[in-house]
Amino acid sequence: MIQVDNLTKRYGGFLAVDKISFNLRKGEILGFLGPNGAGKTTTMRIITGYLSATEGRIKVAGHDVFTHPIEVKKNIGYLPEAPPLYREMRVHDYLEFCALIKGLARGRTRRKRLKYVIECCALEEVKNLHIHKLSKGYRQRVGLAQALIHNPPILILDEPSAGLDPHQIVEVRQLIRQLSGEHSILLSTHILPEASLTCDRVLIINRGKILAEDSTEKLTGKLKGNEKVSLLFSGGPDDMGKRIRQLPGIIKVSEQKGESRGEPRLLNIEYELGKDRRGEIVRLLVESGASLLELKPQSMTLEEIFIRITSKDG
Amino acid sequence: MRNVFTIFWREYKSYFVSPVAYVVIGVFVFLVANRFVYKFNDFVEVTFKATAEAVRMQDTIPKFSINDEVIRYLFQQIRTISLFLLPMITMRLFAEERKTGTLELLLTSPLTILQLMLGKFLAGFGLFLTMVLPTGFFNYYMFKYGNPDLGPILTSYAGIIFYGAAVISVGILISSLTENQIIAGALTFGAFLFLWIVGRISESTYTVWSKVASYVSVTTHFNNFAMGIIDSRDIIFYLSFTFIGLFLTYQSIASLRWR
Repeated sequence: MIQVDNLTKRYGGFLAVDKISFNLRKGEILGFLGPNGAGKTTTMRIITGYLSATEGRIKVAGHDVFTHPIEVKKNIGYLPEAPPLYREMRVHDYLEFCALIKGLARGRTRRKRLKYVIECCALEEVKNLHIHKLSKGYRQRVGLAQALIHNPPILILDEPSAGLDPHQIVEVRQLIRQLSGEHSILLSTHILPEASLTCDRVLIINRGKILAEDSTEKLTGKLKGNEKVSLLFSGGPDDMGKRIRQLPGIIKVSEQKGESRGEPRLLNIEYELGKDRRGEIVRLLVESGASLLELKPQSMTLEEIFIRITSKDG
Repeated sequence: MRNVFTIFWREYKSYFVSPVAYVVIGVFVFLVANRFVYKFNDFVEVTFKATAEAVRMQDTIPKFSINDEVIRYLFQQIRTISLFLLPMITMRLFAEERKTGTLELLLTSPLTILQLMLGKFLAGFGLFLTMVLPTGFFNYYMFKYGNPDLGPILTSYAGIIFYGAAVISVGILISSLTENQIIAGALTFGAFLFLWIVGRISESTYTVWSKVASYVSVTTHFNNFAMGIIDSRDIIFYLSFTFIGLFLTYQSIASLRWR
């Protein structure tokens, strides 16, 4: 639905977006994950036609953004980081205005869509209130309603759960998941759990460059580097950690300092990818006279991947 | 075009949600009324005195034209007072959208900059017309008590319409240059004051610039209309002025993409 090709944006001397290329496939939820200032908002603004690009090509639903902006805008529902609301308008009137400028002309279709988005975004209670009276959560939802109102095939959401309380965040995430399939969604966030919970695929961006792109599980797999397990045991010699360290293929062993001199003890063990060393570890444990309590695999969380990737480049 | 109307209607309505419309219209009507009452009473006094004098001297009773004296003055006041109040109307047209971020909504929606700009312009223009509308009452009043010519009154209103369009196009241009309404308002006020000064220069007999000033002055080109004359040169002047103002506004908005 969206093809971005070598997109570059320069503000004077500052390179905000550096040769970014990616695709948004039909029906998927694609996440832009990156720290603040990475270039997520700039990229979105270029895709929606708000900003120009220094170089590159973007096609949205088959239309080139720079030569056919109007067609592109008809196909996109955009929620900027700060929802663009007219404070003095009532919710209902505002959404009606948005419907009109997005091309919904015929009375009956417009009324139907209005009803639908008000219901979908849970705005029934506030639809006659002035927007300046709404709380942040409601404002965000009005912003989302505005993006949905003309039923665009593509949604571009810039930090959709920004400023919401945990309850509302869950609701928004559920809503976004519901909408995928029928709509193709590009969202940006710097909240890592959001990316892993909501998105099908994730693009990690930092300083204007895409550092990694893949589905969440594959990313975790690729970037693990080493296998990690945690070992809970009791008994055995004091230098159990050192002994395990001696085993072939083991890279790192660290002991988690728990209760002093107490049992049970916890070791975090890293070993090379490829061969499963767990059998050898357990055998050594038992031979040393210790009792195995728990052997748990540790997968790398998105947090760790993220920090590793973005600090490598930093 | 539907989009133009949508933008226009939203903006025009929002003038009336805040005190802006009421205050601007109220102040305008109050000032114009004040000037009208002053001039009208003055006229009545002068004519009565002159007539009484003539009767006493057994002279012919002099004729006075209420048109020349009062109506032309009234419209000149409308022209001048609106010049100083219009910044209040135009300053928010684009500046507020830029500040609140709603411009992002408008520029990412399927409407063209031309539609957006025309809608905004018509909203300001519409408020201007709404503001001038109550002055019709003063003219009506004079019909009840006097015998004015309808012709110059109609051409004067036509002139005010052209004049308003030209002035508003400058105001909307300045509003599109900044995010800050106050700055837009101050700059517009300064610009209009300059226009007014140019007008005054064209009326002075003191300087060699007066002829030049009369060619470019927004206020001076109104004079023919006030006298009942519709001159194509004046219409062309106002239309060109308006066109240039709107053209520059368009460029200003379009250039926002290339920040």
